[in-house]
Amino acid sequence: MAHLSNFCLLAVVLINFFCLGSARLGACIQAVALQGALLALLPLSEHGFSGHTLFLAFAAFAMKGGFIPWLLFRAIREVRIQREVQPIIGFVPTLILGALTTAAAFIFADYLPLLPQHHDSLFIPVSLATLGTGFLLLITRLKAITQVLGYLVLENGIFIFGILLSEAMPLMVEAGVLLDLLVGVFVMGIVLNQINREFSSLNTERLSALRE
Amino acid sequence: MLIAVIVVPLFFAAISWGLPSHRMRSLVLPLGSALHLVLSLLLISQPLVRNHDWIGLDDLSRLVLLVTALLFFACAVYGFDYLNLRSDRDNHIMVSCLLVFLSAMTLAVLSRHMGLLWVAVETTTIASAPLIYFNRNALSIEATWKYLLICSVGIALAMLGILFVGYAALGTGPEVSLQFDQLLTMAGSLSKPWLHAGFVFLLVGFGSKMGLAPLHTWKPDAYGEAPGLVGALLAGGLTSVAFLAILRGVQLMGAAGDLKMAQHALLGMGLLSLTLAAIFVIRQADIKRMLAFSSVEHMGILALGIGIGGLATFGAMLHLINNALTKGSLFLAAGNIQRAHDSKKMSGIRGAMSRLPLSGGLFLAGFLAITGSPPFGPFLSEFTILRGVFGGEHYLIGTLVLILLATVFIGMGSTVLAVTQGEADPTLKDNGFRDRFLLVAPPLLLLLIVLMLGLYLPEPLNRLLHGAAALIEVQP
Repeated sequence: MAHLSNFCLLAVVLINFFCLGSARLGACIQAVALQGALLALLPLSEHGFSGHTLFLAFAAFAMKGGFIPWLLFRAIREVRIQREVQPIIGFVPTLILGALTTAAAFIFADYLPLLPQHHDSLFIPVSLATLGTGFLLLITRLKAITQVLGYLVLENGIFIFGILLSEAMPLMVEAGVLLDLLVGVFVMGIVLNQINREFSSLNTERLSALRE
Repeated sequence: MLIAVIVVPLFFAAISWGLPSHRMRSLVLPLGSALHLVLSLLLISQPLVRNHDWIGLDDLSRLVLLVTALLFFACAVYGFDYLNLRSDRDNHIMVSCLLVFLSAMTLAVLSRHMGLLWVAVETTTIASAPLIYFNRNALSIEATWKYLLICSVGIALAMLGILFVGYAALGTGPEVSLQFDQLLTMAGSLSKPWLHAGFVFLLVGFGSKMGLAPLHTWKPDAYGEAPGLVGALLAGGLTSVAFLAILRGVQLMGAAGDLKMAQHALLGMGLLSLTLAAIFVIRQADIKRMLAFSSVEHMGILALGIGIGGLATFGAMLHLINNALTKGSLFLAAGNIQRAHDSKKMSGIRGAMSRLPLSGGLFLAGFLAITGSPPFGPFLSEFTILRGVFGGEHYLIGTLVLILLATVFIGMGSTVLAVTQGEADPTLKDNGFRDRFLLVAPPLLLLLIVLMLGLYLPEPLNRLLHGAAALIEVQP
């Protein structure tokens, strides 16, 4: 099943680049949803079928691939947001930064003291690259909703690393983590709505009254 | 009983959501909190308590549970009158989120599984975000957004840290668990590089929640815009809980024989926090933001105490109680002053003591306490930490800390004295708000406890503090 894992992980990296380069918010949300859905396959392909992996796969698919994107779409419908993503720095520089981060992640992972069974696996480099992408999205985008997307991509990166350890994580805790993510995005959605009502815009530039 | 202390606040939160009357909902808050306090005190007085090893009590969690339960009770009593004063605003969300917040803090304190600890701490973030947004204006939404985003991303990094610690254990045996006691027993055989990376991420992640510089940027905004009692709970309760989470990482490092490295990291962040707080607290015109920077300062002192080790660790444990209770008292008093003047800026407040003799006096006394003036508790704990610093022959650090503490004292003093002293400015509108019993008694009680801690340390508490310090200092 290693083939399937590698295929998913490569697709995750491609989606990272798509998010960094896309100007359309809706497409970005769909891409993050697809990324989440692909991640749901990983516990199955890495650890085989068991009650635990099935639950994790199903829960991740429902939350990351379904519920959270639905919440985000609802949020942008409610605030009738413009389509553009509005980067602070242009798309091409972001993409180049993303490529550099990804390359650095792959090189760095080679130097890590990995267990023998993880030496040739893509899990750790892709996890680090996805983390980096999440950070880039968080830093380089103006709209509050794209920052939520950045947070989700970051979480996806951590989720990929977590799959290596899913035997150490009890089901209850996995469920708790996913539930926290869901409620967190839900609350963020409500806050987005309030930001929009208060400032008639979702630009975080406006959120700068409080400073020293 | 362990389960009960977590579930009781949740149960009251559900009740308050269903109640139709504003006044009754406000009443549920102190009731639920009082029951939680009683259960907590019963738990703390019991010997070692375990429950399936997922939740349990050691001396560290006893200490933090005692502080949070006590502080929350004081805030809940204050909240009853405060919410009734603000009956124009729906209190559904406020009361139930406060109680969920209490439950999540308790779970975080009791959890003995790293994953569960993470879930609980993240829940505190989500439950407290609506509290900061209570006033529903542009500034509070900005503060809420920053808090939610910075803390969520920070906590996500803490998750990565926990996973790294798990990875460190992956090669060592057939069974890998993130159960804390199991991790402690196998700490010696953990893969060192992964454990170190894990600790750094834990420190950064939970450090952003605790407000250690340079991850403190949400703090002045959130504390400044939230209602006084929410500020009190965040500055006194939540920071202590996040500190406990960091201490779990320190315990692990200690058990693995790397206590020194953990201490150096904490020392660095502690000194940075103290320095940044001292810079920003000078000429701070907003009394609540000033308290937020004071909170950054005291997080620095806590980290410094652990970083020095030995006697200073004991001092840090004592300082944890003192800081939480004094901050609670200060924020509640500041809330009263803000209410009476419709302002929290120096420009809008003059002579608070002549208009609000009790709240103004409490604010002034609280300022003296938090800056470490005798005979209040923080003097004793800061003095103990400094004795640890000089006793360990860290003269340079000791001198630097003394200079920074003096800077903070002068910086805060100029704001506090200008606000409290003098005649009430007749040009400032009087909205008729005066000291009320339920809004003054809780901060007064907290400050009296702090005063008592400075004069006399009860023997059971002393034992608890020594037990907690011993847990951190444990060597393999």
